[in-house]
Amino acid sequence: MIHLAAVQPPVTAAGDTAWVLASAALVLLMTPGLAFFYGGMVRGKNVLGMLMQNYVAIGIVSVLWVLVVYSLAFSSNGFGGFAGNLHQFGLAHMNEPVAGEAIDIPPLAFVAFQLMFAVITPALITGSTADRFKFSAYVIFISLWVVLVYGPIAHWVFSPEGWLFKKGAEDFAGGTVVHANAGAAGVAMAILLGKRKGWPKERMRPHNVPYVLLGAGLLWFGWFGFNAGSALAANNLAGYAFVNTNTATAAALLGWIIIEKIRDGHATTLGAASGAVAGLVAITPAAGFVSPVGAIFLGLIAGAVCSLCTTIKFKLGLDDALDVGAVHLVGGVLGALLIGFFGTKATGIGADGLFYGGSAHLLRLQAEGVGATVGYSFVATMIIGYVLKKTIGIRMTDEQQMIGMDESLHAESAYDFNALSAGSFSGTSFGSSSLSATIGHRTEVQA
Amino acid sequence: MKLVTAIIKPFKLEDVKSALEAYGIAGLTVSEVQGFGRQKGHTEVYRGAEYKVDFVPKIRIEVVVDDGDADGVVGVVVKAANTGQIGDGKVWVTPVDQIVRVRTGEKGPDAL
Repeated sequence: MIHLAAVQPPVTAAGDTAWVLASAALVLLMTPGLAFFYGGMVRGKNVLGMLMQNYVAIGIVSVLWVLVVYSLAFSSNGFGGFAGNLHQFGLAHMNEPVAGEAIDIPPLAFVAFQLMFAVITPALITGSTADRFKFSAYVIFISLWVVLVYGPIAHWVFSPEGWLFKKGAEDFAGGTVVHANAGAAGVAMAILLGKRKGWPKERMRPHNVPYVLLGAGLLWFGWFGFNAGSALAANNLAGYAFVNTNTATAAALLGWIIIEKIRDGHATTLGAASGAVAGLVAITPAAGFVSPVGAIFLGLIAGAVCSLCTTIKFKLGLDDALDVGAVHLVGGVLGALLIGFFGTKATGIGADGLFYGGSAHLLRLQAEGVGATVGYSFVATMIIGYVLKKTIGIRMTDEQQMIGMDESLHAESAYDFNALSAGSFSGTSFGSSSLSATIGHRTEVQA
Repeated sequence: MKLVTAIIKPFKLEDVKSALEAYGIAGLTVSEVQGFGRQKGHTEVYRGAEYKVDFVPKIRIEVVVDDGDADGVVGVVVKAANTGQIGDGKVWVTPVDQIVRVRTGEKGPDAL
C-alpha cells in the first residue's frame, strides 16, 4: 500500500481501462452462471452443494489471488521459470508495470481481470466431481490446486515471460490454461473419487433443465468479457474476439443438436445449452487468432465432437458426472489445436495456420502447449488429490450421498414444496428419543 | 356408503370435475400421484444417455357417496375421463364403514 502512495502508477488509457474493468465484472458473473449450469444438471438433493462449491471458489480464490497466486502467475520468472517469483506477494509493487506486458491499463485492473479467470478454473472441476466430494476436502483441494496448478500454468502460457508464451504457443483467453487444465484435473479427480453411489445403474436425471439454460445464458454473456476482454484493450482485436466468440458459440449449439437429432432422434434443450458451452470453450484459445468464418467451422466441429464424446465415460466406466472431460478438456484441446489450421494473421496478431498457407510449426507449438498443460495438470492434480484421499479423505459416505449434499453437508434444503416438511419442529433424529424444536431464536432440546 | 376412487389423466381433471358437479356430488378430494399401468413409462434422453421414466403422472380423485349414487358417479367419471387412448386410467368402488363430519359430529349419510 505504501508503494501505491509513493510512486505514480504507469500512464493508462481510459477507454482500455474501462473495458477491462467491465470485462472483469462480466467474467465474475460466469461463476454463478456455471453454478446454475451445473446445479440444474444434478439431482435436487445436491443442488445447494453444487452452488456452494462454486460460490466458495469465489471466496477462496479471491483471497489467495491477492496474497500469492497473482504473483505466481504474473510476476517475473522465479523458481527456475516454473512460476512467477513472489515480487508481488500481497499485491505489492502495483506501481510497476505488469512483467513483460505492453498494455495501457493500470496493473490493478489487470489483477482484477485475471483474478476472475483463476476463480472459474477450479470451479469448472466441480462438474466432474459432482454429488460426492466432501466439502472440507474440496475447500483444501482447490486452495492447493489454484496455488500449485493454476498459478504455474497461467505463468507458462499467459505471462510474456512464460516458456510456452515465449515459444509462440497461442492461447488467446485460456483454452489451455483454463479449460484443458480444468478438464484434465476434473478427470483426475473423478478417477480418485470413484463413481457416485448408484452410477450408472441408478437414474440421475437433471433436476432443473431451465436452470441449465439460464446458467448457459449467463456464461455466454459473461464470456464476452472473458474473450473480448482478453484483448486487454478496447480495440479492433477485441471486436474480433467478440464476434468470433458469438459466432463459434452459435455454430456449436447447432453442431451439438444436429448430432443429437441424428443419433437420438430429438434435439434437446440440454443439448443446445451444452453445445453453446462447448463452442465457448473451443473459441476461447482462438478468439483473437481466427476469422469469423473460421469461427463457424471451429464451432461446428467443437459442438459435434464434444457431443459425441459424452458417451465415452460410459464405455470407460468413469463417472465424469457432468462431462467436464467431454466439454472442457476436449473443447479446450480442440480449440487450441484448431488454431494450427484456422489461425490467420488477418486479426493483427498471431501466425497463419495450415489453411492460410502457414507451416505445421504452429500446429506443433499448439500441440506442445496442450501436452504440457494437460500433462502437468493431470499429474499434479492426481498427486494433490491422492494425498488428500490418504489423509483427510475426499469422498462423502454412501449414507451422505443418499441423503444428498444439501442436507448432509450444509443442513439446508433447496426447495420447500412439501407442507409436511415445513413445520417449526425439526426432528434432527426423527423417530428416536430426542427431539429438538427451534422456537424463535432459542433452541430447546428435550431428551 | 361407497368410496369411488378414480385414476385419470391430469389434463382430464377439469372435465371430470365439471361432470361430477353437474351430477350433483357435494365434494371431492384430488391428489397428484404417479404410477404405471399398461401404458408404462417413457424414455428421456440427456446428453445421449437414455433414462427410462417408469412412473407416469396421474390424478387421483376420491369421492364418498351414498350407496345408490356409486354406479352413477362411476359412469360420469368414465364418460368424462375417456379419450380412447391407452393410459386413460381406472375407477374402482370400495365400501365405507363410517363417516363423521368434523364440524358438527354428524355421522353416516348425513355427513356427506
